[in-house]
Amino acid sequence: MNTTLTIAPAGTWNLDSVHSRVDFEVSYLAGTFKGHFNEIAAKLTVDDERATLEGTTNVASIDVNEENLSAHLQSPDFFDAEQYPELRFTAEDIGLDGDGKVSVDGELTIKGVTQPVTVTGTVTAPMADPYGTERIGLNLTTKVDRTNFGINWNNPLPSGEPSLANDVTILAELQFVKPGDDS
Amino acid sequence: MTRILGISGSLRRDSHNTSLLRAAAEAAGPDIEFVLYDGLKQIPPYDEDDDVHPRPESVARLNEAIGAADAVFFSTPEYNSSIPGQLKNAIDWVSRPVATNALRNKPVAVVGASTGGFGAVWAQAELRKVLAAVGARVLDLELPVPHAHTRFEDGGLTDDEIRTRLEEAIEALADAARAREDRRTAV
Repeated sequence: MNTTLTIAPAGTWNLDSVHSRVDFEVSYLAGTFKGHFNEIAAKLTVDDERATLEGTTNVASIDVNEENLSAHLQSPDFFDAEQYPELRFTAEDIGLDGDGKVSVDGELTIKGVTQPVTVTGTVTAPMADPYGTERIGLNLTTKVDRTNFGINWNNPLPSGEPSLANDVTILAELQFVKPGDDS
Repeated sequence: MTRILGISGSLRRDSHNTSLLRAAAEAAGPDIEFVLYDGLKQIPPYDEDDDVHPRPESVARLNEAIGAADAVFFSTPEYNSSIPGQLKNAIDWVSRPVATNALRNKPVAVVGASTGGFGAVWAQAELRKVLAAVGARVLDLELPVPHAHTRFEDGGLTDDEIRTRLEEAIEALADAARAREDRRTAV
């Protein structure tokens, strides 16, 4: 009989969105440009055999500390928030590799384009928090080529090289909770 | 009924680009109301000191015309390989405030006519770039009308191939406007 390790005790785990973040990082000009989404949602469902994750971010909640840049990122030049209001990530089976490491084959949807992505990360051991709930921390990261999702904007440098890289790192630091008694 | 605003980048009375927009108005289907904007010459030079409430009347009128339209159809000549200054100046006015400007998410298409052999292709490309930067929903189409002086008679378009491509461009723009309207009413 095979024993399948799951990343957390069975049950439905809800996101503690206040203590969670979804950030992105991309090489731009002489440094790394970073932003995040203020409105995120996710649910982790664990049964005896596997864990599934579904998460979304509201594109209109993109936060880059500058109103005009935020508007540009929401425009059809980038995410096209009006036509594609959310980013979505789904994973049907999150595997535990040991030592708290997880690997995830999931699907990411950006700007209406769904692509398979490989995600790596870590998960904490379940803990009892002071509020009567069980809690785990799940940190996930992946790197995607934004042009595969139809986000092609660029501005050439005088050298002719692009100013904005195609590879974008997405980082999700998520805390999930579920009732402690699991009733 | 889909309302399309036509904006010509040329001020000249007998402008080929304005004639092209008149031809577009005639080519538009019965479910399209094509309105020609005629106030470009009255737009003052952009000056942030003047960008206060209320805005200059001519600017407010342009903003209202764009706001009332479901889509905007630009026809531009090419001055020194680029967009005519007065058209760029008008877009600079409309582009503010950036986050809520009247062109944001608005479906737009760009065509252009010139008396030269390239049909204002550079100006069209630059105008598409500017409109995308402003946040408009820019259609990926191009319609160069070269040797424009040979394609009009008494202001009327005489080239059937150009007329067909004009009809296709208008219909593509109307489709984009209808798709946007469907999305908005579905919410």
